[in-house]
Amino acid sequence: MFYRSVWNPVSGDFGAFPFIVGTLFTAFLALAFCTPFALAISLLLGEYWRGTTWSGILQTLIEVPAGIPSVIYGFWGLFLVVPLIRSLESKLHVAPYGVGIFTASVILSIMIIPYAASLMIETIKLVPYDLKEAAYSLGATRVEVIRNVVLPYARSGVFAGILLALGRALGETMAVTMVIGNSNFIPKSIFAPANTMASIIANEFTEASDPLHLSSLIEVGVLLFFLTMVINMIGKAIIRRTVSGAYG
Amino acid sequence: MESAILKTENLSAFFGSQCVIKSVNLEFPKNNVTAIMGPSGCGKTTLIRCMNRMHELVPGASTSGKILLNDEDLNAINPILVRRKVGMVFQRPNPFPTMSIYDNVIAGYKLNGIRKKRAEFDRIVEESLKKAALWDEVKNTLHRKGTFLSGGQQQRLCIARALAMNPEAILLDEPTSALDPKATSLIEELIGELEKSITIIIVTHNTAQAARISEYTAFMYLGEMVEFGNTEKLFTVPKHKKTEEYLTGKFG
Amino acid sequence: MVDNGVSFRIFKDNLFKWSLVLVSFLATVPLFLILFYVAKNGISSFSWTFITHLPKPPGEAGGGILNGIVGTLLLIGWSSLLSIPLGITLGLYLSEFREGFFSYWVRLCIDVLQGTPSVVIGIVAYAWIVITMGGFSLFSGGVALSLIMVPMIVKATEETLKLIPSALKEASLALGVSYSKTIFKVIIPSGLSGIVTGILLGVARVAGETAPLLFTAFGNPFVNWNPLKPVSALPILIFNYASSPFPEWHQLAWGASLFLVTIVLLLNAVSRVVIRKWKVQF
Repeated sequence: MFYRSVWNPVSGDFGAFPFIVGTLFTAFLALAFCTPFALAISLLLGEYWRGTTWSGILQTLIEVPAGIPSVIYGFWGLFLVVPLIRSLESKLHVAPYGVGIFTASVILSIMIIPYAASLMIETIKLVPYDLKEAAYSLGATRVEVIRNVVLPYARSGVFAGILLALGRALGETMAVTMVIGNSNFIPKSIFAPANTMASIIANEFTEASDPLHLSSLIEVGVLLFFLTMVINMIGKAIIRRTVSGAYG
Repeated sequence: MESAILKTENLSAFFGSQCVIKSVNLEFPKNNVTAIMGPSGCGKTTLIRCMNRMHELVPGASTSGKILLNDEDLNAINPILVRRKVGMVFQRPNPFPTMSIYDNVIAGYKLNGIRKKRAEFDRIVEESLKKAALWDEVKNTLHRKGTFLSGGQQQRLCIARALAMNPEAILLDEPTSALDPKATSLIEELIGELEKSITIIIVTHNTAQAARISEYTAFMYLGEMVEFGNTEKLFTVPKHKKTEEYLTGKFG
Repeated sequence: MVDNGVSFRIFKDNLFKWSLVLVSFLATVPLFLILFYVAKNGISSFSWTFITHLPKPPGEAGGGILNGIVGTLLLIGWSSLLSIPLGITLGLYLSEFREGFFSYWVRLCIDVLQGTPSVVIGIVAYAWIVITMGGFSLFSGGVALSLIMVPMIVKATEETLKLIPSALKEASLALGVSYSKTIFKVIIPSGLSGIVTGILLGVARVAGETAPLLFTAFGNPFVNWNPLKPVSALPILIFNYASSPFPEWHQLAWGASLFLVTIVLLLNAVSRVVIRKWKVQF
């Protein structure tokens, strides 16, 4: 069921491959977009501005978006981002759907920045001060200390932050559903409409009268559950190891 | 020696299978201060925690032997009742942070749901705070939270709180080790007054303090009661070699 | 004396720092855009009618979101009823008994629940409740939302209670207070600020959840108090109206979005105040 690539409720075919592709495509693309921002934020809050008033302001500005309901991201995305993407697509001479993988990834990346950043900040703060001092005393500039001491030390924590953000992105439903275009076919390009595992469930669950349809959707849900659980567990295991290493 | 109301008979205490107090026999004379001293790990804190049945709160902990209060075996009755008869003051002052000074003093009653008339509680609060030498300092701020007081005042508040329950004996676990010298001497004075009406057992690792305030001293080493006797005699002519070595600072 | 090599490195250093600042503040721009547009488009919907009337059929202007408002309140109510006692109890248990077989499993279940996508929670609630009851209902929506709230409350309770020094418990026990009374009258009141914050944040989260409600509460064009029947909610309204082709409904959706965002942000702000003002110092 997971390798078959035709999902057609009318004909009774329920291959979930298109949605697996959609999910992974959007999630990884969103990660790629959000990582530089999350990293920049975490370096500012964990290193440069640590303990200053600016850090309080930036911290709040990063935490508030995490509280905004995803349906509102979707609504805003649908009415404000989609037209922008549509004009971008016509400039690039691509079919101007406006909706699609790219749009969904953009919205998704905005939503997961707080999650990625919060964990990265914590790990960067854990880097021992005497290590950095040693580097400074050798005449290194701040960016050199960051590149050569802080980031390597915080590497696993940063990675765990990315993983946890990935877990969040995989399961995100409403915002994605509203801007992904709802196509049951494997997306052929970054601007193509698609569906993710979460969005197909949101779209078709209430209208699935055929028991096979319903159970296929539930199976998709189970797959999504295991996928997010595995990613989250790996992320948490890495965090546990980093924290005990820092204090051990 | 005056009559003892509090005695232990062959009291042993265990953490799991490890024995930390070996068959201790002690008698605590009524209305006197008995100090229990010894090096770290000798079991003195464990001993007093047995006396108000706090020891058994640690998972895996157990005791054997008897603790007699007025000839009643404390190990045989409900621990909650024991704790109302034998009060405790801890090393670090720990007033309840969500309660006012007034409520802190009568916390023992309030938490147990024991109701009394307001006038009765007022009387208990005033009496206990006076006994703890804190009344004059807080009588106008009884309804402020307890955490606004200084360390020494907080500890006196905890003493008042324990006294409010009218216990027959009170256990002090290194009550001044977290306090500055001025607060310490205030509390030592207070103990001198209190002992006239209540039996006091104090654990201390400060031998000078034991010498200052107690009439009787027990010296413990590695879980055993090595020597017990009149403080002056014990400090000047100790009977055991270990006692002498401890007092002269050969080990600490 | 600074030679060329060093001044270049210093230049790189500053460049890096300022590009970090630029990038970080760029990341905050969407927040302002969202809030601005939601406010701009939604404010024109606001009126007394908006809050007290039901939506009109497509094509007719006006109408309100009363069904969504009442529905959201009812769902929050049922979810809190189901999750607060359970959440606090479990959090209490985990903070008192850190080791042990049962604790390990409870912690594992809570962690798994916390990481589960909300749409999957909706499916679980569907399988447990909707199928058993034979239809969509307010109750099933409440159950779904409580599955989301419970881990949040458990974590908040456990973390807060863990911070309370054991000396406090000992002081109470030494006064002859029983264990249960110590927990309820001393420990929990000291940790109240953290627990209340956890509840407020849980409510804020759950007020905005849509996916699990799509197949449990389902939606209802009318106000419904009956727990056995379907009910609407603000997020459901927003989703349905935003996806519809009717501009009047879009307008309602903007208004509902403004309403929802305001409530959620208010709850978040209040929880911060609670933490600061109520927090007990030791």
